[in-house]
Amino acid sequence: MTRLQLSIDPVACDAYGYCAELLPEAITLDEWGYPVLDGKCLPPELLVLATRAARDCPRRALTLRETKRPD
Amino acid sequence: MTRHAGGTLPDTDRYGLLGHPADLAGHLRELGPLPIPRVVDHAWRQALVDALEASGLSGRGGAAFPAARKLAAAQRDDRAGVIVVNGMEGEPASDKDKVLLTRAPHLVLDGAQLLAASGGADRIVVCIPVGRDAVAGAVVSAIAERLAGGHVHTLEEVVRPPDHFVAGEESALAQWIDDGRSLPSFRPDKSVRLRIGRRSALVHNAETLAHVALIARLGPGAFRAHGIPEEPGTSLVTVTGAVARPGVVEIERGTPLVDIVARATPTTAIAALLVGGYGGTWIGPRHFDTPYASIPLRTIGASAGVGIIVALGAPACGVVETARMARYASLQSSGQCGPCVFGLPALAEDLSRLAKGSPDPPLMTRLSRRLEQINGRGACRHPDGVVGMVRSALEVFGTDMSAHLRGEPCAHRGRPTQLQFPVPIEV
Repeated sequence: MTRLQLSIDPVACDAYGYCAELLPEAITLDEWGYPVLDGKCLPPELLVLATRAARDCPRRALTLRETKRPD
Repeated sequence: MTRHAGGTLPDTDRYGLLGHPADLAGHLRELGPLPIPRVVDHAWRQALVDALEASGLSGRGGAAFPAARKLAAAQRDDRAGVIVVNGMEGEPASDKDKVLLTRAPHLVLDGAQLLAASGGADRIVVCIPVGRDAVAGAVVSAIAERLAGGHVHTLEEVVRPPDHFVAGEESALAQWIDDGRSLPSFRPDKSVRLRIGRRSALVHNAETLAHVALIARLGPGAFRAHGIPEEPGTSLVTVTGAVARPGVVEIERGTPLVDIVARATPTTAIAALLVGGYGGTWIGPRHFDTPYASIPLRTIGASAGVGIIVALGAPACGVVETARMARYASLQSSGQCGPCVFGLPALAEDLSRLAKGSPDPPLMTRLSRRLEQINGRGACRHPDGVVGMVRSALEVFGTDMSAHLRGEPCAHRGRPTQLQFPVPIEV
């Protein structure tokens, strides 16, 4: 089955924090303002928001990928 | 040592990394010529993979990746490669690669030549950091001897990257050779090849290459005659701390930790061992007889890492030494990733407060949360190493921790460290 996975490039990320505002269901911020992923599969209903969060990241540090996994 | 009677196995007593002559003539007299045929064909290339596979050799730079699989992957890549000899040894307590490159440079270079010929690389780059001129000099002289003696198939050169803790991380090394920036890169998929220009970068620890050179000459049986069946061979280990004879020893894999430390002659009772380096694991006395091999070490939450054992002599305070290492590590961030740039100094500050015996009430909760948050969030594993080391300290030095949390005075904070740091460290 296909699953959606977020990933953060920690070198590119500059802690703008927009992603956590758009997608609090999956992303929180640490005490320094850097995003922490919850590590779970992204539920399909969050696809639109996640796409937007990835697109709106000023550093292009957040990416959303579809990964195929044999389940 | 085991000696095989009859058969085709060579004399295994010759297996050893450090006992060989440092000059080319002596090296060739003792070990014979570099076993690369004039025409490198598929059968020979495959034979080297098979020999490494049969030997069970794993990488000695920390990741312990099987050497045969790394070579087979290089052979499948149709790009030309660069063999990067990692002699960076950024761990302050480590000396094994310096000693090896100084005392047996031809063994390391031979290993690089073999992997280059077999894996399709057309360049060998030996990385020795700025400042280590004696080591670089030994390798430069060795290369000159080899050129003069016609002992070179693939061009060998020495380069001098900057000397800092993460400069030897493989992606940082490849990037520095490529464009002069000594910075780790973010690689979500570690199986994707590192590049230097249009070539593939194949980064190998110096010690791994020396083993390759011996296995190619003496056969996998000579390697397997040492160590334990599930983890054959020998390893270089740097033993420091509360010992009379700190330095590098060649040990059989599977030797109990306590016996390795004994070879360096402890000067006092040992309170704890730091295994694997400053990003390694503290181990308490009940695990001192753990065999130096991947699986037994993993069982107690440790790994051989880059081959360092630091003996913490009693009396000493593990809390204070841990705070010093965390401080040092925080100064060695390459400054790229937020969780490392901000997280490690915060962690170091928490531990410093603990070391001073002036903790604020939420310190332990905050420390636990920070350890959780920092782990796994950098481009390289530098922050993860610090997190693991601090977590092991919380387990092993529980009694000291409690005393520090109660604010009891600690006699050891003012005493000199038993560890080694290239810069003064205040906690």
